[in-house]
Formats: sequence, structure tokens, C-alpha cells
Amino acid sequence: MSLPITLWPTAASAHARHIDWLIGAFGVLVWLLALPVFLVSLYFMIRYRRGRAIDRQHAPRGSVLIETSWAAIPFLLVLVFYVWSTTLFFNLQSPPQDALTINVVAKQWMWKAQHPGGAAEIDALHVPAHTPVKLVMTSQDVIHSLYLPALRIKKDVLPGRYTMLWFQADRLGSYALRCAEFCGTDHSAMTGKLVVMSPGDYAKWQQQASLDGSLAAKGAVLFRKFGCSGCHSSGSSVHAPPLAGLYGSPVPLADGRMVSADDQYIHDSILQPNRDVAAGYAPIMPTFDNVLDETQVTQLVAYVKSIGREEQ
Amino acid sequence: MSNSALHEPFHDLARQHETDRFGMLLFLASEVMLFGGIFAAALGLRMAEPDAFAAYSQKLHLWLGTANTGVLLTSSLLVALGVEAARKGRYRHLGWLFIAAALLGLVFAGIKGTEYWLEYRAGLMPGVDASGIEDRTQRLFMNLYFVSTGLHAIHLSVGLILLVALAGRACAGRLGHVMAANVGLYWHLVDVVWIFLFPTLYLARPV
Amino acid sequence: MNRAAPPNYLEAGYTLKSWLLTTDHKRIAVLYLLGISFFFAVGAIAAALIRLDLVTPAPDLLTNEGYNRAFSLHGIVMVWFFLIPSIPNTFGNFLIPLMIGARDLAFPRLNLASWYIYMTGGLLTLFVVVTGGVDTGWTFYTPLSSIYANGNVVAALTAVLISGFSSILTGINFIATIHKLRAPGMTWGRLPLFVWSHYATSLILVLATPVLAITLLLVAAERVLGLGIFDPRLGGDPILFQHLFWFYSHPAVYIMILPAIGVVSELVTASAHKRIFGYWFVAYASLAIAAIGFLVWGHHMFVAGQSIYASAAFSFLSIAVAVPSAIKVYNWTATLYKGSISWDAPMLFACGFIGLFVAGGLTGLMLAMLAIDVHVTDTYFVVAHFHYIMVGGAVTAFFGALHFWWPKITGRLYPEAWGRVAALLIFVGFNLTFFPQFMLGYQGMPRRYHVYPESFQVLNVLSSAGASILGAGYLLPLGYLLWSLFKGARAGPNPREAVGLEWTTSSPPPPHNFTTQPIVTHEAYDYPPPGNEG
Repeated sequence: MSLPITLWPTAASAHARHIDWLIGAFGVLVWLLALPVFLVSLYFMIRYRRGRAIDRQHAPRGSVLIETSWAAIPFLLVLVFYVWSTTLFFNLQSPPQDALTINVVAKQWMWKAQHPGGAAEIDALHVPAHTPVKLVMTSQDVIHSLYLPALRIKKDVLPGRYTMLWFQADRLGSYALRCAEFCGTDHSAMTGKLVVMSPGDYAKWQQQASLDGSLAAKGAVLFRKFGCSGCHSSGSSVHAPPLAGLYGSPVPLADGRMVSADDQYIHDSILQPNRDVAAGYAPIMPTFDNVLDETQVTQLVAYVKSIGREEQ
Repeated sequence: MSNSALHEPFHDLARQHETDRFGMLLFLASEVMLFGGIFAAALGLRMAEPDAFAAYSQKLHLWLGTANTGVLLTSSLLVALGVEAARKGRYRHLGWLFIAAALLGLVFAGIKGTEYWLEYRAGLMPGVDASGIEDRTQRLFMNLYFVSTGLHAIHLSVGLILLVALAGRACAGRLGHVMAANVGLYWHLVDVVWIFLFPTLYLARPV
Repeated sequence: MNRAAPPNYLEAGYTLKSWLLTTDHKRIAVLYLLGISFFFAVGAIAAALIRLDLVTPAPDLLTNEGYNRAFSLHGIVMVWFFLIPSIPNTFGNFLIPLMIGARDLAFPRLNLASWYIYMTGGLLTLFVVVTGGVDTGWTFYTPLSSIYANGNVVAALTAVLISGFSSILTGINFIATIHKLRAPGMTWGRLPLFVWSHYATSLILVLATPVLAITLLLVAAERVLGLGIFDPRLGGDPILFQHLFWFYSHPAVYIMILPAIGVVSELVTASAHKRIFGYWFVAYASLAIAAIGFLVWGHHMFVAGQSIYASAAFSFLSIAVAVPSAIKVYNWTATLYKGSISWDAPMLFACGFIGLFVAGGLTGLMLAMLAIDVHVTDTYFVVAHFHYIMVGGAVTAFFGALHFWWPKITGRLYPEAWGRVAALLIFVGFNLTFFPQFMLGYQGMPRRYHVYPESFQVLNVLSSAGASILGAGYLLPLGYLLWSLFKGARAGPNPREAVGLEWTTSSPPPPHNFTTQPIVTHEAYDYPPPGNEG
């Protein structure tokens, strides 16, 4: 038995339930602020209707005390919600260190997700319940936005940049996944499913889906296929930065700055190599911008992440 | 364009003149906001990539830009002198001073055109010939350079037309000092925008 | 009609030339009224197509492309060719000189030029429509608009750019007029609040619109020349566009609502026959809204990849900007205390405004809360919020103004009962159309969606049903107002016994407003002390 109309959307995480409480409580405040205005206005309109005989003498001109109070008090009440809301928002920006990272690439008009074990899927996102999951997302073309209503979260997905969304779902089921930033003709068709499974089921699903190799293994194939190893291996005659153990370490740049070799840095080094040249190296790396798409770059980044100091 | 006679809806000439000037100042405020957007973008780029910005600034033609700055400042001086002359009723002087200022404006345009031509030859003109551009930051820098100096050049051209038209009216004896002062204000804005553009684009180079 | 009476502004010349080359601010106001009414119809037709198509979840009326072009047209036309000019260029133009005791605006020919520039932009927009339209949304986000979109993007950008010039010139005219053309004795402290709010609006018109100009210019240059300012593949930054765009477009929403707020102050005081409660608070609140309104643009970008600290700051400032609006609402309510309140159509429209503006404003506060916004931004929740303010607020106030000053502008009285019916119909139709959209948004229906899941259909059908009632509510005044032009009773100078310089002239006023310059000795809304009989 289902109603033709959903009264309240399902909440599939603790954060979602917090948001529901927040908007519910704020809704109460909103009514407390609005109702007096409506009721008092209506009351005055009736009581002081033109033609009605009633005392209208000595109407006040104004009152600084009253004006300041009815400005300050609602403002302070709303600030309480500001603190609550901002705290929840900041939490959304700080995923736990051990979060399961899934890479998402958006393109007109589909979603591609790549799991660390190599499983890849289109227009669907399988995730384990009760596990922090971090989505690292980029777009192949225009700005999209990944929206998971059941989790009450969304984030814009940008071309040329990685953006992040993290969550911990706790209710098994299949939920809506939608694009929320207008992206062209089939924007409203760019939908999919968020499937929250028990961790055991997720592991099984992962295995099934990763039969053709992990993300890093795919990246290794690309590394050789596109000639990266030609310069970036120990036997190469070209003076190129070694990549073993690079991920996460500080990199001194030619212009004196120091950056950290994160996903974005590796992504940019492949697609815009002359932007942040490493100190002591000439800007001779060719760009792979027209050669690789974002999915392939994701795999290469995964590969670089995986190689330790002894390898390569 | 009106001369200095009283017209509707004003009751008094002094108020009318004040209002004309005030209107021009409001318009100039809007022009400042127009260029403000570009300056904001340039500031953003400079903060994101300070060394790259400086390197590409170095590739602009500093001496030509400096010459242009001198030209435009002198031109503004002539306009200011012209407005002074108008206040004293010396409309012929105003006419000649405005013509001279316009000529200097043409010189500015000529020098700018030369710079553009040199940049085109060096392949530094995105959208037309970007073969000499090394990387994205330089492309963005050159984009900002062309858009901002191009927009400035358009405003300068409008100013040139106004100066020449007013010089003509002055020589024919049909110009009031209020209108001269207002056009003068517009020309000063063109000058001021350049005075901010020049260091932003040309002087960001390493010392 | 007394033949010896001087002609009013409508009678001073019957040729087309006397209208098309007029410099009389009142005639220009009428020209604008015709223009914006036309574009309101165009935007409304686009809205009708949208709501009709959304009755079913499937794309059965329009194709996906067609739907995208419909909502883009709706947004572009309604924002730039209806809402922004609506109250300022009709009522502001007509009333500001009258209210301050002047014979015209400071720059009458510039005023006419503004109208021609506006119509040029409008015609270019029509050209865009008949040649297939544009599909970027009114927000023109890059890189969709600069690289990927089909359609007449550059023409649409140009049309909007042109309309922006019209706005800037209007703003300059109003500011100069209010500073320099006030009659003797009309100090700043005696100005009607309508004038204060148009002054604040004009500050935004002059200072914010140029930023729109440069933004659109950059997008057009990118699209035509491939410059690469917003294209990440060429080192550009698409978020830069959003900052530049919203830096204008947020203050733009205050351009759309401040004049409406000014209208409501006039309607409430006149209908209550009483001075406003807290004059200086209301006057300064308009300036505060304009000033703080420049500092909140980032609240459109909470999920766009903006710095979280910037987002926190924008969230706080967005709460602050609500305070002056709240002050005004409380002051209007307090004005009713011990008033002598008429329940005529303008008052009903004012009440409708207060109800819907409060709802819109408070849902705006919800959107200002970061964590809530993450869920509801880019959904129908936002669509509902801004329609509550723009349609429930600004358009309702526009109709209130139309009814209140109709006798002054046309010299005719409209049938009051019909006016009340229209106000009620609009209020009911509006709520039925847009309240379900708050629910749709919270449930996860994104905006700009042509196809949607079945579970959203009931709310969509309710919304579309409401839209038909709302449409009827808007068409009704067209009927009886036009009727009144031919058959309505002639109006005296002050049919509602309101206080204000515009009510001291004949209805309609003579061409130069005042035969002798008024000398002002009283404060604004200086209503005679009430007897106890009402």
C-alpha cells in the first residue's frame, strides 16, 4: 500500500536524519516568527476597519526599543540554527581517513563510477552500509552535480577539478541518484541508483564486478601503453621525476612553492604538465589532454598511488 | 546635446549644471564597476599564480606601455587645461586643446595597435593565433590583457569622438563649460582606468 | 469635461510621434507599461508550456531541447524584460517627479533613450525566440553556455546586455532626480518611502549592472573567439563565471523587490490613512538591503566548490540581509494599529504581498543555512522560494500599484469589487502553484527537470492546476482595467483621500505636473488626526 504522494523522503543516513531535524526545528521557528505577524495584521485589519467606531487616538510614531528588539531577537534565534547548520556543513567536508574512495566521472548525460577494486559501473553506485564512503568526482565536459536525496547531500562536479562528497549510509535499499546542475539536453535523464548493501554483499558484488582488474592495474596498463614509463622509469635517459612513493609527499616546485602530491596534483601533471613544474626539471613533459579521458586519468592516478619506493 | 540654456525640468541654471555633472559622475561610477570585474579576475589570477603572472607580464612591451602612459597623462592634462580655458570663456583655446588631446589619444591608439601587432606576430593572441602561448596560465593572462585593453580602447575611441565633436562646437561658439567639464571627466576616467591597468598588467614583472 | 481646463498629459498630443518622441516621464511610463505587459505575456506563455508539460512525468508536450529552451526563455524574459523594469520604469518613472514636486526627471531625453534601448533588447530577444531560442537557462553557466550549448547564445547574451544599459541609465536618472530636483521643503526626511526604496534600487542598478555587462561580454568573447577564460581545458575557471554572474545577479533580486517594498509602504499607509510606524527605520532599511545585498552572492555557490570558510561567511551575511526586510514587515503591521483601514483592492494586494513575501523570505533563511542548502539547492525548493518573492511579492505589488494609481495614471476608476476578486484569485492560485514545489524540492526533484519520477506527479499536477487559476487571476484585471478606460467613472484628483504630492494634481496630471512649484511643509504621510468614527 503506497500513497500517490510521498509525504516525507526516506532518510538513509544519520546525517540525513540530522538535516530533517534541523529543517523541522527551523520550520517551527519560522512559523513562530511568521504567525504573529499574520494574526496581528488580520486582527488590526478587522478591529480598525474604516467606518468602525473605535479609539484611534495617540498611535505611536515609532520606538527605537521596539524596533531594535524585533530586529535583534529573531536574528539571535536564527543564529542558533546558523551554528548548528554550519557545524553539520563542516562535517560534510571532512571525511574520515579510512573512507572507501570511489571515483566518479560525470559526462553528458551519464555517471561512471570506479571502485578501488576495479569494479566499474554506469548510472549506479553500489556502496557498503555503515562504512564511510568518499566520492572523488570530476566531469568530462560541463558542470554537473551529484545529488543523493536520501542522504540529503549533493556536490557540483566540475571539469578540470576534483570535488569530494562523503557519507555513511545506514539503511539498506536502492535510492535515487540525480544530476542537479543543468547540463544540457538530457539533464533530467541523467539519473541513476544509489544501492546501499550490507558490507558482505558489497564485497561479493565488488568481486563479481572487478573481474577485469583493479583500478590501479588498469592504470598500470595505461602507464605503459601511453609511454609514461618511457620517461618516468629508472632506466630512462630522460630526466623526469620518479613516481615511486610520490603520492602524498611534498613536492618542491620550480617557482619556489611547495605542494603536496595529491589526486589533483597528479591529475594536473598529466593534463597540464607545464603548470606546476617540479624543481630541478625542465618543462618538457607533453600534455595528454587530448589523448586521455577523465576515466583513464583516474586509473593512472590510482596506479601512481599504488607504487611504493621499491617498485618501478 | 544641449548648450547652457535653462531647460525643463529645471527652475534654475546652477541646479541644472550641478545635475549634469552629478549625472556624469554616476555614469563614471558604473564604468568603474565595469572594469572592476576584470580587475577582480586579474587579481584572482595573480594571487593563484604569482610567479607565472610575473613571467608573462614581462613579455609585454614595457616601453611601449610606458610611452602610452605618458601620452595619456599628457592628453588628460590638455583636457584639464581646456576645461579651465572654457571656464574663463576662452572657447578657441578649449577647441585647440581638445584637438591636441584627441591627437594624443590617436597616438595612444597607434602605439596600442603596434603592441597588438607585435603580440600577434609572436603568436600571443588567443582566439586568433596562439601558437606562441606556452601554457594555460599565459593564455589566461593574455586573455585578460586583450579584454581589458580592448575594452579600454573602445572607451578611448568613444572619448576621441566626444573630444573632436566638442572641439568643433567650441570653435563654432556653441559649447558651454559644463558640457566641456563633463566630457573632460569622461576622458579623465579613461586615463584613470589606464593608470590602474598599466601597473596591473605591465609592472607585475619580477624586479 | 471642462473645455477650459488645461489638457492632461494624455491629451497633450494624439499623434504617434507625440508618443514616440515624448520626453514626458508620464508618457514614457505608459510606453514602458505597454512593453513590460507584452513581455510578461511572452514569459507567461513560456511558463504555461512548462506547467502543461509537467502535468505528466513523460516528455510528451515538448522535446527535451524544447523544454530547455522554454524555461530559459521564461527566466530571461521574466527577469530582464519584466521584473527588473516593471515597477521602477512604470511607477517609478510616473511617480518620482510627482512625489518630490518636480516637473520631470533630471534627464528626460535619457529617459526616452532608456525605453528605446529596452525595446531594442526586447526585440532581439524575440528574434532569439523565433530563431529557435537558447538552452542555457537564464544563468548561462559556463562551460555549458560558452562551449557546449547550441542555440542563439550570443544573441541572447547581447539582448540582455542591451537591457542592462537601459537599467543603468534609469538608475542614473533616478539618483540625480532625487538628489537635485526635490521641491523646496522636500527634505530627505519628508520623502515618501516609495522614493527611498527607488533610490536604493537605483544605487544597485548603477553599481551592479556593469558587472553583468562585463560577465556577459566575456562569455560571448569566449564563445566566439575561444579565448579560454572559463574553459578549464585552456586553463580557465568556470567558477570565476559564477562569482562574476552572481555578484550582479544577487543584487539584481533586490532591484526586483525593493521597488515592490516601496509600493507596499504607500499602499499600507494610504489604506490605513495613517503615517508609517518608524519612518527612518523603514527608509534606512532599504539602503541596508542594498548594501548588504552586495555581500551575499556566494550563497548561490555553497555546493559549487567554493571555500567552506567563504561559504560560512556568506551564510552569516545572508541571515543579516533578512533583518532589514523583517523590520519593514513588522513596521507595516504596526502601522495598521489604530489606523482606519480600507479593505480595497490595493490593500488586499498589499496583504497578499506581506503574506507571500514573509513565506519567501523565511524559506530564504532556510536556504541560507549551509547544511539545509546542500540538500535543497538546485531543487524545486529554490524555485518555490524565489517565485514566492518574485511573483508572490513583486508581481503582487505591481498589481497593487496598478490598482492604486490607476485613477491617477488614466483618470478612470475601475470596479472595486472585481479588483478584490482578482486579488483573492491571485493569492489562492499562487499558493496552489508554488507551495507544492517546496515539497517537491525537499523530496529531491531537481530544478530544470523535464522528465521526472512518477512519485512526483501528484504535486506537479497540483502545481499546474494552481497555475491555471493564477493565470485567470492575472487575466481578470486585463479585462476590467481595459473596460474602465472606456466606461469607468472619471476620477477626481484624490479618490482615496491619500496624502502625497501626486494626489494634489488632477487625474490624470497635466504635462508638467505642477502649475506652481509646490512648497512642502509637512512630513510624509501627514494624515489628519483620526476622529474615533473611523
